[in-house]
Amino acid sequence: MSRSEARHFIEDAAPLLDGFHEQYSVHLDKFDGPMDLLLHLIKKNELDIYDISIAVITRQYLDYIKLMKDLNLEVAGDFLVMAATLLHIKSRQLLPLDDQEEAEDEEADPRAELVRRLLEYQQYKEAGMVIGARALLGREVFARAVTEPFLLAAQNEEGPLEVNLFELVDAFRVLLIRIPAESFHDVAPGDSLSIADCINEILSLLQEKETVQFDDLVRDELTRERIIVTFLALLELCRLKLIRIFQGNRHGSIWFVPAVTQTLSEE
Amino acid sequence: MSSTLSSIIESIIFTSDSAISTDRICDLLDEFERDEVRAALSELAEFHEARGGGFELVAVAGGWQFRTRATYQSYVTRHIKARSSKFSQSALETLAIVAYRQPITRAEIEHLRGVDCGGVLKSLLEKRVVRILGKKDIPGRPLIYGTSKEFLEIFGLKDLKSLPTLKEIQALDEVPQYERQEELPLGQTRAVPVESDLPFE
Repeated sequence: MSRSEARHFIEDAAPLLDGFHEQYSVHLDKFDGPMDLLLHLIKKNELDIYDISIAVITRQYLDYIKLMKDLNLEVAGDFLVMAATLLHIKSRQLLPLDDQEEAEDEEADPRAELVRRLLEYQQYKEAGMVIGARALLGREVFARAVTEPFLLAAQNEEGPLEVNLFELVDAFRVLLIRIPAESFHDVAPGDSLSIADCINEILSLLQEKETVQFDDLVRDELTRERIIVTFLALLELCRLKLIRIFQGNRHGSIWFVPAVTQTLSEE
Repeated sequence: MSSTLSSIIESIIFTSDSAISTDRICDLLDEFERDEVRAALSELAEFHEARGGGFELVAVAGGWQFRTRATYQSYVTRHIKARSSKFSQSALETLAIVAYRQPITRAEIEHLRGVDCGGVLKSLLEKRVVRILGKKDIPGRPLIYGTSKEFLEIFGLKDLKSLPTLKEIQALDEVPQYERQEELPLGQTRAVPVESDLPFE
């Protein structure tokens, strides 16, 4: 739903919605968070961003949250945090500073921090619109397409073959046999490798190249711990459907490709 | 474009599946001097710019690539399906923050946006425009994020420096901002503060 559509929908429907709470669930994608809403209110009221009337803004902000609730929308906690911040600023404006505080920040405006954040947010919001307006590859401009199977074939003459879990375990066993016998008088390593770390490593590796070989993952550090952790990380990635596993041929090397290809739907 | 070297380079760029860097081209053509290759490359770029055909030679993500001109989008999409690489406003905002402020942690992004960014970040990671750079050496060791090569490729940027500066963006925006504000019909809304139309003008 576009912004203007959402706006009209709310205006038209708000008084009529009384009996429809059960039937309708509306996703209002109008404001991307409290900062966006605040900026909108400031613009709407033609306020100077450096001299915001907290009372006006807070009232309208709370009205908006109330409206969201009336429309049976889930009010994100972030909106409530901002409401609390606004009320806090207002209360600080109303209360006289005591001597100690006055000495600390004499001319400090309780709004200053909020204004700074708003300006910064506005900057990035606009930057987002500017980069979003560029001609995007795959949307406005196109390059010559090299299809995935073609690419895979070029990189791996063996031709991919989907493997099952057993073959993966088998490859893992072969790898474990290959590692040198451990010496037992080693000092325990300082920090142990976590599966989460390993997952991130694999994901970033997969971002750099389309396919990764199992051996590549463990090549530089061929220890039992490393291999086991890598293996568990791969299983976890499979479970999350983030990667697909191929094997060149029987007892051949195992390849990984990201399961999610470019044809992603919008979030 | 008379020289053969330009044609050789053109053939290399034409057949590479992603943007190919000047260095890589120089390495491939080791029988030529680097300066020669560079000169031929700029000759090639000039040729394609002057030619003004359906595609152009663009410097993108630190390399060179042939791409169709945006003008012909509507025709190209008749036979090639446009990828749904659509970015929502929140995705673009988050991407802008990552691009301008990298390396950055999720908490820092959320502080700037004032809203939870987990979902948006995940989808940006899936679209591969954002990547995990590592972990920050502070308590909790949070992940730090940055933009990827795909980000430059998709958004047609030569490098991160070719992003418009935040100052330039602000300057672009200043004039129309005031014009828009003057056009808002504020009088009526203020006179009759009906509950339903309060936050929406």
